[in-house]
Amino acid sequence: MRHFVEELEQLKTKLLEMSSLVEAAIQRSISAVIHKDKSAADEVFRSETRINNIEIEIDEFAVNLLALQQPMAADLRLIIAALKINTDLERMGDLAVNIAQRARSLMEEPVIKPMIDIPHIAGLVQSMVRKALDAFVTRDAELARSVLASDDAVDNMRTACYHELVSFMEKDPQNIKQALDLLAVTRNLERIADHSTNIAEDVLFLVKGVDVRHHAEARAH
Amino acid sequence: MQAPSRQLDPMSTLPNIGASSGTEPKTAADAAAKLSADNLNFFYGNFQALHGISMKVYDKRVTAFIGPSGCGKSTFLRTLNRMNETVRHSRVEGEIRLDGENIFRIDVNDVRRRVGMVFQRSNPFPKSIYDNVAYGLRINSSLSRSQLREAVEQSLRRAALWDEVKDKLHQSAYGLSGGQQQRLCIARALAVNPEVLLLDEPCSALDPIATAKIEDLIFQLKDSCTIVIVTHNMQQAARVADFTGFFLMGRLIEFDNTTVIFKTPNRKETEDYVTGRFG
Repeated sequence: MRHFVEELEQLKTKLLEMSSLVEAAIQRSISAVIHKDKSAADEVFRSETRINNIEIEIDEFAVNLLALQQPMAADLRLIIAALKINTDLERMGDLAVNIAQRARSLMEEPVIKPMIDIPHIAGLVQSMVRKALDAFVTRDAELARSVLASDDAVDNMRTACYHELVSFMEKDPQNIKQALDLLAVTRNLERIADHSTNIAEDVLFLVKGVDVRHHAEARAH
Repeated sequence: MQAPSRQLDPMSTLPNIGASSGTEPKTAADAAAKLSADNLNFFYGNFQALHGISMKVYDKRVTAFIGPSGCGKSTFLRTLNRMNETVRHSRVEGEIRLDGENIFRIDVNDVRRRVGMVFQRSNPFPKSIYDNVAYGLRINSSLSRSQLREAVEQSLRRAALWDEVKDKLHQSAYGLSGGQQQRLCIARALAVNPEVLLLDEPCSALDPIATAKIEDLIFQLKDSCTIVIVTHNMQQAARVADFTGFFLMGRLIEFDNTTVIFKTPNRKETEDYVTGRFG
């Protein structure tokens, strides 16, 4: 049993390493956009391979635990949650790469307008990611629920950005390329927020044993 | 490689999840209680082995009892057909109802005919396969020879043993393998058409193939019979049972749907036991 507990700790440690890498990639991709930081973008590209490799390591480790230890109750929920969070983290890493690619494209041209909304969305998205991962580590259901509550705010901000960028494109076709890059950045940020809500939902399953996806909790009552 | 920035919490701080547990599974609302225990206490001399057990065993369902050695699960099982009365200086308080009728007011032979039992170690009689199964029928009924033969065949078929023994019915039961002997004991118990079948660790001496056959059999039998199984093998409880009760130190700690017990138990003690952190 003791060995199994140690293996569960190893699983969590691997997942924490993965989450650190992904959080750092997201941070750098945003920095690349906002500060035109080329080295930050390059760092995001470099970290992708490690993130992909660790995703495979975690999956294999978790599947082995399922096969060999036949876990029950909280242990079972932890492994299931780890598998799902792992997939979300890897996707978030890919989205950071997408943002970094757009950042490289944006660096080639002078800015059409000062960036106000994107740093705002990025700040909220990063805070959701951080809270979701903290909730996993501390098994804090309330913190996880607060992540779910932030998702609508991100969606609304992204919609506002969309309208603003469309109006820029309508004003001058010269703006189109840059506006499309910025639109792609907001879309990728919004998807990162969606993945952090998935993680928060997995935390609620882990801690409370409830499924809140697609309002499943409300349907059950 | 970047070092993780977050601190890990120890598993021991896991909170109890969900609301406090009852002993009435939510999804059992559509099932009738075949057996019900009400505030049952059981004593071996001065030692109290069961403390205030109240629960229902649902009709045509499989109920498993799990718990560490000495927790009272087998004692409770043996109380369900008054088998414990054979223990000297034992005493029972409280009620057990079979279809609403207190079993302590029913003739003990009737109770044991209606509530059959199969033990941990197969215990065929030193007789032929046929005579083992026919034994109870000869005592309990006055069937003709052909009716008896038919009933024996039917019981062996229900116990998924017929095809393996049909050509050697009059050979000694001792010539069968361990798994076959256990199924023979199940056939013998089924021969008198019990309404409830109590299985006390029926697979503990069997290999995985024989175990799988008994588990398949349990699955088939629950259409016609209420089954209660005591097992040390939690995976077995998880595989075969609709409901699971966790016993600890003579108390029923938690009783719920099997998925709840093994996925999201409500009590810390249950959680510790099913995740192997007990003790």
